[in-house]
Amino acid sequence: MALEKITHVTGRGVYVPGNDIDTDRIIPARFMKCVTFDGLGEFLFYDVRKNADGTDRPHPLNDPRFKGATVLLSGANFGCGSSREHAPQAIQKYGFKAIIAENFAEIFFGNCTTLGVPCATASRADIARIAAAIEADPQTEVVVDVAKQEIRFAGQTVPTVVRADALDALVNGRWDAIAELLDGAVAVQTKAVTLPYLAA
Amino acid sequence: MPKSLFEKVWDAHAVRTLANGQTQLLIGTHLIHEVTSPQAFGMVRDLGLKVVMPHRTFATVDHIVPTDQFVEPYSDPLAQAMMDELRKNCAEFGITFFDRATGKQGIVHIVGPEQGITQPGTTIACGDSHTSTHGAFGAVAFGIGTTQIRDVLATQTMALGKLKVRRINVTGKLRPGVYAKDVILHIIRVLGVNGGTGYAYEYAGEVFDRFSMEERMTVCNMSIEGGARAGYVNPDQTTFEYLKGRPYSPKGAAWDAAVERWAGFASDAGCHYDDIVTIDAADIAPTVTWGINPGQGISINETIPDPALATAVDEKASIEEALAYMKLTPGAPIKGTKINVAFLGSCTNGRLSDFQEVAKFLKGRKVADGVKAIAVPGSQIVALQCEKLGLDKILAEAGFEWRAAGCSMCLAMNPDKLIGDQLCASSSNRNFKGRQGSTTGRTILMSPLMVAAAAVTGSVADAREVFSVSSN
Repeated sequence: MALEKITHVTGRGVYVPGNDIDTDRIIPARFMKCVTFDGLGEFLFYDVRKNADGTDRPHPLNDPRFKGATVLLSGANFGCGSSREHAPQAIQKYGFKAIIAENFAEIFFGNCTTLGVPCATASRADIARIAAAIEADPQTEVVVDVAKQEIRFAGQTVPTVVRADALDALVNGRWDAIAELLDGAVAVQTKAVTLPYLAA
Repeated sequence: MPKSLFEKVWDAHAVRTLANGQTQLLIGTHLIHEVTSPQAFGMVRDLGLKVVMPHRTFATVDHIVPTDQFVEPYSDPLAQAMMDELRKNCAEFGITFFDRATGKQGIVHIVGPEQGITQPGTTIACGDSHTSTHGAFGAVAFGIGTTQIRDVLATQTMALGKLKVRRINVTGKLRPGVYAKDVILHIIRVLGVNGGTGYAYEYAGEVFDRFSMEERMTVCNMSIEGGARAGYVNPDQTTFEYLKGRPYSPKGAAWDAAVERWAGFASDAGCHYDDIVTIDAADIAPTVTWGINPGQGISINETIPDPALATAVDEKASIEEALAYMKLTPGAPIKGTKINVAFLGSCTNGRLSDFQEVAKFLKGRKVADGVKAIAVPGSQIVALQCEKLGLDKILAEAGFEWRAAGCSMCLAMNPDKLIGDQLCASSSNRNFKGRQGSTTGRTILMSPLMVAAAAVTGSVADAREVFSVSSN
């Protein structure tokens, strides 16, 4: 299972402002009544993006200027709340390949990394600069350089941090841990016999 | 060298260090439910893998179960499909399923402890963020995503970075009418909704020493609302007494050996903590939320925050956003805010002691006109215990609908939902926008007795006044 080495993500950006955007808001619970993740993309941010009758509400994702954006920008504590992987799945299936925020809730961060979606943190001031550049010219290309820990846009460069374990996993193509975990099967059995509660 | 419980459990379950520096951690107990597991079984099949330790995964159904319909097929075909899928997956892979027909079904975080599956010194994972509940037993318990459920099914391990440990001492004695729910709402208010990022919370101090297991579970349950991936209480005599005689608890000589082993997992005196916070129990009042995250809480006698008085730009914006959604007036007392719905239940407050406490005060009282009140036991066993004690009748006579076990209106994946912008006094754990099933529905989190007080008066009220509470 050779995985892509994700050293950087390049694309246009869209800024969804706000702090503490929770996973219920990213994907409302009623859309989790499914046995596959297929089709979740269209329900991303559904309740803040749509009226009850299904028509669009004003929201950055409904703004035609930002159609096709692949880098999502937001505020602090992005992805808090429920552990539902449906949230990063919806973000990825909508077309996003990287997320920039001031910081991320932990379970969400891990879920994204496992899907190969880098979560890059940047300062509030720098996120505001990127957002301003996108607003001025929605065609602005944003490069989230995971390997170099920097974000480049409109001739500017700002620092970013991708947590060390995630950075290693992304750039070396081991963000989905399953192969490595399976490789440890013998060591797992050795450990398991030391724990009485695991006895069959 | 003295070690914390977290370090001891981690070391006992660390298999090896992975290439990216994370640890391959053995997950001794895996709990699953119908909402986050079907895709994981799909991935296991697609990769041609098997479930490596089927006897260490336990399933139940909770999120989508209707609380007023017992006969299948359920009126919601999507709910029925999820039910069928879980049944099929458990049968195919040989996993124990606490289905409704077993009489042991319930919210996954209530079933694990009542079956004695949740034990001290163990690692637990479940595709649900409230898995932190199980930390009440001195287990290290993580909420995980669906891809990680696949990892646990296929390898009984997952990749994880080690957490820091923050000890939170709650000293002294809680005042009458102040409950475990108030303790955790207060902690989150003080430390913030992301104050716990990167940490496991170790709850300690006289208040936790005196707490029952159910009270400890209420606090550990909401660790994630404070951003902490896990939360725990060191195991003690209270823990062992709770576990003795439960179906999955060790028996006979194995029991004595287990208790000795479990006691050894408690944090050593003088061990290292990355942070220590001390809270005086006397400072904690009955607490209610006013906003759209669990950290936006105030004591019942405070006024709703005014964005004009906010010191930080950020704080001003978040108060404005919250008040616009909640339709509350800045500077007004929260007490007296009219409610439409009262919800008793959830993995936070859906246990026997929660209903006992409420029934004690609700006897002879009536839910206010125009308030829809529902009481949803956390498990079939909780329901039965309540019914044996006649608590269901007391609640029903007061005007609460007594329902069947499940998550119900905590996240409204079943038919129990708010309508329009109804305001719900809720004993659940999240007040996010739209959380209770209506895109404009509003939630005020509080303790079960505060929910009862709101139900009886038709507005947010101080339970100590409504019920003349003078001692716990």
